[in-house]
Amino acid sequence: MKTIQELLKTRILILDGAMGTMIQRHKLEEEDFRRGWFENHDKSLKGNNDLLSLTRPEIIKEIHRKYFEAGADIAETNTFSGTWIAQADYGLEKYVYDINFQSAKIAKEVAAEFTALNPDKPRFVAGSIGPTNRTASISPDVNDPGFRGISFDELVDAYKNQVNALMDGGVDILLVETVFDTLNAKAALFAIDVVYEERKIQLPIMVSGTITDQSGRTLTGQTTEAFLISMSHMPLLTIGLNCALGASMMRPYLQILNQKASFGVSAHPNAGLPNEFGKYDETPEIMADQIKEFLDEGLVNIIGGCCGTTPEHIRAIAELAANYKPREIL
Amino acid sequence: MSENTKSTLKLSGLEPLIVTPQSNFVNVGERTNVTGSRAFLRMIKEGDFEAALAVARDQVEGGAQIIDINMDEGMIDGKEAMVKFLNLIASEPDISRVPIMIDSSKWEIIEAGLKCIQGKGIVNSISLKEGEENFISQAKKVKRYGAAVIVMAFDEKGQADSYERRIEICKRSYDILVDVVHFAKEDIIFDPNIFPVATGMEEHNNNAVDFFRATKWIRENLPGAHVSGGVSNVSFSFRGNDKMRESMHSAFLYHAIQNGMDMGIVNPAMLEVYSDIDKELLIFVEDVLLNRRPDATERLLEYAETVKGDGKKREIDLSWRNVPVNERLAHALVKGIVEFIDEDVEECRHQFSRPIEVIEGPLMDGMNIVGDLFGSGKMFLPQVVKSARVMKKAVAYLLPFIEAEKDGVRSFSGKVLMATVKGDVHDIGKNIVGVVLGCNNYEVIDLGVMVPFDKIIQTAIDEKVDVIGLSGLITPSLDEMVTMAKEMERANLTIPLMIGGATTSKVHTAVKIEQNYTKGQTVHVLDASRAVTVVESLLGQKKDAFVEELKVEYTRVREHHEKHRGAKQLLSLAEARKNKFAINWKQEDCIQPAKLGLTKFEDYPLSELVDYIDWTPFFQTWELHGRFPNILSDEVVGNEATKLYADAQQMLKQIIDQKWLKAKAVVGLFPANSVGDDIEIYSNESPKTILNIQHSLRQQTKKTAGQPNIALSDFIAPKDTLVEDYIGGFVVTTGLGIEEHIQRFEKDHDDYNSILLKALADRLAEAFAEKLHEIVRTDLWGYDKNEKLSNLELINESYLGIRPAPGYPACPDHTEKTGLFKLLNATELTGVSLTESLAMMPTSSVSGWYFAHKEAKYFGLGKITEEQVADIAARKNSSFEKMERWLSSVIH
Repeated sequence: MKTIQELLKTRILILDGAMGTMIQRHKLEEEDFRRGWFENHDKSLKGNNDLLSLTRPEIIKEIHRKYFEAGADIAETNTFSGTWIAQADYGLEKYVYDINFQSAKIAKEVAAEFTALNPDKPRFVAGSIGPTNRTASISPDVNDPGFRGISFDELVDAYKNQVNALMDGGVDILLVETVFDTLNAKAALFAIDVVYEERKIQLPIMVSGTITDQSGRTLTGQTTEAFLISMSHMPLLTIGLNCALGASMMRPYLQILNQKASFGVSAHPNAGLPNEFGKYDETPEIMADQIKEFLDEGLVNIIGGCCGTTPEHIRAIAELAANYKPREIL
Repeated sequence: MSENTKSTLKLSGLEPLIVTPQSNFVNVGERTNVTGSRAFLRMIKEGDFEAALAVARDQVEGGAQIIDINMDEGMIDGKEAMVKFLNLIASEPDISRVPIMIDSSKWEIIEAGLKCIQGKGIVNSISLKEGEENFISQAKKVKRYGAAVIVMAFDEKGQADSYERRIEICKRSYDILVDVVHFAKEDIIFDPNIFPVATGMEEHNNNAVDFFRATKWIRENLPGAHVSGGVSNVSFSFRGNDKMRESMHSAFLYHAIQNGMDMGIVNPAMLEVYSDIDKELLIFVEDVLLNRRPDATERLLEYAETVKGDGKKREIDLSWRNVPVNERLAHALVKGIVEFIDEDVEECRHQFSRPIEVIEGPLMDGMNIVGDLFGSGKMFLPQVVKSARVMKKAVAYLLPFIEAEKDGVRSFSGKVLMATVKGDVHDIGKNIVGVVLGCNNYEVIDLGVMVPFDKIIQTAIDEKVDVIGLSGLITPSLDEMVTMAKEMERANLTIPLMIGGATTSKVHTAVKIEQNYTKGQTVHVLDASRAVTVVESLLGQKKDAFVEELKVEYTRVREHHEKHRGAKQLLSLAEARKNKFAINWKQEDCIQPAKLGLTKFEDYPLSELVDYIDWTPFFQTWELHGRFPNILSDEVVGNEATKLYADAQQMLKQIIDQKWLKAKAVVGLFPANSVGDDIEIYSNESPKTILNIQHSLRQQTKKTAGQPNIALSDFIAPKDTLVEDYIGGFVVTTGLGIEEHIQRFEKDHDDYNSILLKALADRLAEAFAEKLHEIVRTDLWGYDKNEKLSNLELINESYLGIRPAPGYPACPDHTEKTGLFKLLNATELTGVSLTESLAMMPTSSVSGWYFAHKEAKYFGLGKITEEQVADIAARKNSSFEKMERWLSSVIH
């Protein structure tokens, strides 16, 4: 079976779409987030989607299945908030190992099913590593710009736990995503490097940043190129962009990565910008049309979707991408 | 792509910093260092982080490309101070845009710092001092934190102090970093120890030479690695003698850079321009640095005694101070000496019953001498402007006393209103005319630049002025002057109108302006020295005769022009196109640029432009005519030219040392093909999209047999040849930051320095354009990599390829600038904007196109027909009327 590095040279790989959007379709209630695990927990847990890998694993597996059916090569684990920092708000720091391990395990099971059906199209699981809800470069207190709500060391500790659990669960790739503060992401890469050294294994790493608006900068003020440079000390599989912007607004910044990056380039944009109800309303056709521009320009190696995207979006994107050669990696 | 070669060091703050092998020296700011700056230490000790941030901001604004931060001081908690300062910097985007160099001899401080920076910074430093194990562990962590590293030439035995030890330690460190730690080669920066020279100890004599040799060895033998160092160490034995230190730093850097040092911690304020170092001193300094003779140190020390402090003191002849005050005032005015003017005026004031009489008496007497000398060619413009500075200061001193009196009104010979017309920003010439008139007792109302006609007319009426003087440099201003004449006619004015400025001419004034203003007289003034005569004639008793003469003359010019116009044969556009400049297109002649797309130059070192200055036009600005450098020994103007040149050199040094001006530029190189007389400029991607279409104009003058009718598009391969060709564009400016200094001079009534600064800024912009073109030819485009040209050869345009500018002879169409600026995103990247007449602001800016084909050459468009105007209007999707207005100066 081909490795992901080999596949990346032969075709554009498809990453799955949004997890949250799909979970919303199930109209889950508080009890769904507790079942069998947190029946007596003293805080409300509704909306803590990562827990569903423990409490409603069949729903999560079904979502992975739908994305694989739509043509995704890579599924992301349901672990975007799987650090003790993010789980601290719910008082569930102790459960981060379970969340990551189980999420990885169930995603891997579904991937194995699909690979068995068609060994020519092996499916992969990327362990999703979110930014946490704290920033290492910005003070939460406007009156005290020198203050920090989280330290680098705390982030490294949290990410090490998450990475170890994801690897125990069997992920094929680690995906540091939605990077809005490069220092957080540097802590994630630091943790990954330490874990790799300890375990003497090196999985491919994907990093995906978030350009927050048309200024072309991350939330913490870096330009796309500065972000790329700040992440280049590790041998990445891909560097890319996700979230915040729809596909067409993301294009100028992908062009920069295309020109400057010596790694693969990935993109998983939102289905447009949220409307006044907070919903994303770009149809699969609209989104695919915009993504066609990336493909025409040969900007990406991996493409998928973020907020608001569904299996229908991924199907449209996958069908389109099949007609294109991947970007050449320098 | 050159950026991705293996020896490219890429760093980041909020913005990237790319150090390629071709990059210029990277300048690291050194003032946020408690060991090097007592002021900074005090701020940190007192917890005044606001002030400390201001120091950092200052450095970045002053051009530091990286800032070095050091908190190693026994009296402070270095780790805490480092973390706090870095966290504060993170919330200051105008500081954190540059990469950070975390500088400490304590690993724990370095590591604490690394945990605070989101960009890719530099660790300064690690070494083998405490053995390999420690070195490896630290290097691994540096890599994990995503930083580059400075490695000191230091090992278990101590600091390297010879060439052999330096290369031994650097080689060993490099091998460990590359083979064991797998550190990226291009992220390794060596500091091979800069030690003092001229210490009097023989073993130090070879310190600089060893550094240079080790640097060269490192760059040649340790692929990818860079070399840095703290330059001020070298002059340690001359503490207290800044002049010496500045020269030593500069000479040291010159040689270090030649040998491959590409980064350094330097205080720009402690740096002399290499080419400005006194030649004698330079020999002594280089003897020491290069260890060229055994007595080099003694000789330098001896010499140093004579240049202590601010350098050599000149003996000043003050004997003129002993003559009566009237004569002293005249002397001060003629010689342009401001030092004693206040006390002399004060003394003089007591000799008259009214303060106004000081002006009307001795001061005007002095200025009359100046006027006579200037009129008879015995004084030159730079001197007159200096005289004016003295006069202005004297008047400013007297003004409060005059105002304190009733009816204390000074009587002038007349009132002149001066303005640069709407859409134009060039004002050197206008200011000079204003100064000269002021010297001759005319009251000058200067409305400044970009003045709309209604404001000029209203002011002229309100102030009851006697003459209006209009100035403009770019061709669209000619049209604005026509409008002005028509509007003055409509407003029923009879005030004489003077026309001046580089593109104005007697012919244009006669043909286009004069007859539109019948109620008053229009007159073209060729240069500042004629302005006084013209105004005197217009206001004097012989006005009628003067006006009569002018009318006859202008009528003759118009008739001659008309006749000439009839005689001149122009080809039809089709005929002209048939006779295009034919090139036998071959793909190998169209070299693909090494770096396509945009390249930005953020803060180009002005010191590197000095050698590229073409001085001849500088002297022309001051109406001193002759070629540089012969002009300095010219029989007539040589003396004044030499003085002016000395003043210019001195100011140039200040401009560079104190960073008065900021040089920015953008270059864009793109695929292109010609289609007819248009050039399609494409994006660098497939499929190509058209980014811009440049419309060129074709010569239509009937040529002798064999001579082509050229258009710029002839120099780009036509699309149907299928040859892939390229074009470039650029915008440079050296005018950013000038306003502050101009205002300072003007506040001080110092027109001389104000004009000098503007003239120098213009020269620097041209020099930058020259330098940039060289960078393009030899590197960015790289079609002539082996070029080696002297400054004179550059001025004589001996290089391959051309860089025509919109608004100049090959391309008189200013509207092409709009597309060029858009293509280059120039306003955002360089801060240069376009006025409604498409003049560039700041004025010290140059823009243009690059054509690389070996047969491309400069030419003048000459006159064109209305047929071509209609054609280009259609091609540009513009109206005939609009293009007719923009091109009026070239339409037959």
